[in-house]
Amino acid sequence: MAFQAPPWLRFVTGRVGPKAGVALLFLPPALFLFTLFVALPMGEAAWYSFYNWNGFGSPTQFVGWRNFDLLFANRAFRIALTNNGLIIAVSLLVQLPLALGLAMLLADRVRGATTFRLIFFMPYILAEVAAGLIWRFVYDGDYGLIAQIWGLFGVEAPHLLADPDLAIHAILGVIVWKYFGFHMMLYIAGLQQIDRNLYEAAHMDGATGWQIFSRVTVPLLGPTIRLSVFFAILGSIQLFDLIMPLTKGGPSDSTQTMVTYLYSYGVTRMRIGFGSAVGVVLFVICVAFAFDYKRVAMRHD
Amino acid sequence: MTDDAPSPYETPVTIAPVLRYGVLFLVAGVVLVPLVATALGGFKSLGELRVNPFGLPAAWEWENYWGILASSRYWQLMGNSLIIAGLTVILTVAAAAMAAFVFVHVRFFGATFLLNYLLLGLMFPAATAILPLFIRVRDLGLLDSYWGVVLPQVAFGLAMSVLLFRNYFRQLPAELFEAATIDGCGYVRFFWYVTLPLSRPILATTAVIVFVHSWNAYLVPLIMLNRDGLYPWPLGIMVYQGEYSTDWNLVLAFITLTVLPAIVMFFAAQKHIVAGLTAGATKG
Repeated sequence: MAFQAPPWLRFVTGRVGPKAGVALLFLPPALFLFTLFVALPMGEAAWYSFYNWNGFGSPTQFVGWRNFDLLFANRAFRIALTNNGLIIAVSLLVQLPLALGLAMLLADRVRGATTFRLIFFMPYILAEVAAGLIWRFVYDGDYGLIAQIWGLFGVEAPHLLADPDLAIHAILGVIVWKYFGFHMMLYIAGLQQIDRNLYEAAHMDGATGWQIFSRVTVPLLGPTIRLSVFFAILGSIQLFDLIMPLTKGGPSDSTQTMVTYLYSYGVTRMRIGFGSAVGVVLFVICVAFAFDYKRVAMRHD
Repeated sequence: MTDDAPSPYETPVTIAPVLRYGVLFLVAGVVLVPLVATALGGFKSLGELRVNPFGLPAAWEWENYWGILASSRYWQLMGNSLIIAGLTVILTVAAAAMAAFVFVHVRFFGATFLLNYLLLGLMFPAATAILPLFIRVRDLGLLDSYWGVVLPQVAFGLAMSVLLFRNYFRQLPAELFEAATIDGCGYVRFFWYVTLPLSRPILATTAVIVFVHSWNAYLVPLIMLNRDGLYPWPLGIMVYQGEYSTDWNLVLAFITLTVLPAIVMFFAAQKHIVAGLTAGATKG
């Protein structure tokens, strides 16, 4: 095979084939934007994280691993990590089973299935900020629905979001409310691809309902479940928008997540180096999880 | 067996209808009550809201809603959101479709590497690099401008869009491309006159996903914008809530009016949105 000059070389030498031409015309916008606003900032975050810098001039005060040491020694950051863990746990143990159960109830042509699906999916399309404010109203101890329910029993309602012990649990409820519909839609799509004859065959072989569910439905739904787990975990790690209208991470840092922590301790105080260190930790967690999960859990999908 | 008469085995679960609908209505109630209470709350006086947050208003106070609709503030927020989301959709779809076209039709050294490079963007959220991103946008002089929000949003939306387009373009029959090349049709003309018209479904789906993400986005505008006049509605509504924090009836009316366009769009284009958001996920 004759030597083929790479496209950029042919461009330089003036002999641009149609292939090189279209590549040189069509690729640069995407590559340029991605490099400038995603790849370079990510690299810079790694660089800045070793500096103490307020964002003006250029970073000169090299501090080594100090930002990371401070971070892991910080109480609020440890709360944030715990909360992210808690959010993952509730997403996996409460939200996904609920979504799967509802998907099972709605997967076939029952009356009203389309309407129920739309209703359950509605919170997902709502902006996080709007959903957060709506629930701030619901949880409001003076005006909200919770206050009303407590009032029925003649008890003064707790201000859920102002209580450091209860606030995170209130938020977990909103998270389930907001996202279960998305996972339910994934499961419905997955259930519709299962050959119904299998249910019939299992039934004729004398399998009970539970056996059909655990031995036929769940294994065949495997790829969908693994995907749904993937999105639930990655989404839980990144949670930010929903927290801001509810509590902004308070009271006394009890509802911080990694990203709200990054916002309150890095962005608002313009501690570029420290904030970047948080970003790097977040990045490492996300990428390590994504790679490992794809390699281990989704290798057959 | 006809479609109208489902056999008992056709369903993944056999469950008494009472139980099935009991559960479904219960969950629907939990989903809908906060939303309906929000819309109705906007019609109540503050005093009534305190004693009756659930029910229908005793007297419908339209002035809460009219006051907001008559204010320039509401329309400015909607306008800003529309401009930002519109620009984001146009740029993302254009850049991603062009790049995906190259990845499908042009084989060259490094193509796989470049594709994987772009797809790295799927792995991490904008939050990870938000501070350096802020510095960069500041140094480019784009703080407090629509572009300072649009360009980072486009950059972070590219990975998903390229992936969706590439998967779709690959499924278009290869014979079309061969026939067009023999007839002397160039790449650019083929892209414009054959690929794009055949790809309307995926163009619509991707546009919807990108639009919804941008319309709802909070973090990037929060970092990049400081002038009220440029705020998209998620920022504006937070400011409004801060100003009228105890006037829940006004805040609820404001929430309802800002959410309404999204709800209306959802019901108008629900096929695209549901297919788009879940397909976007499953193909990611």
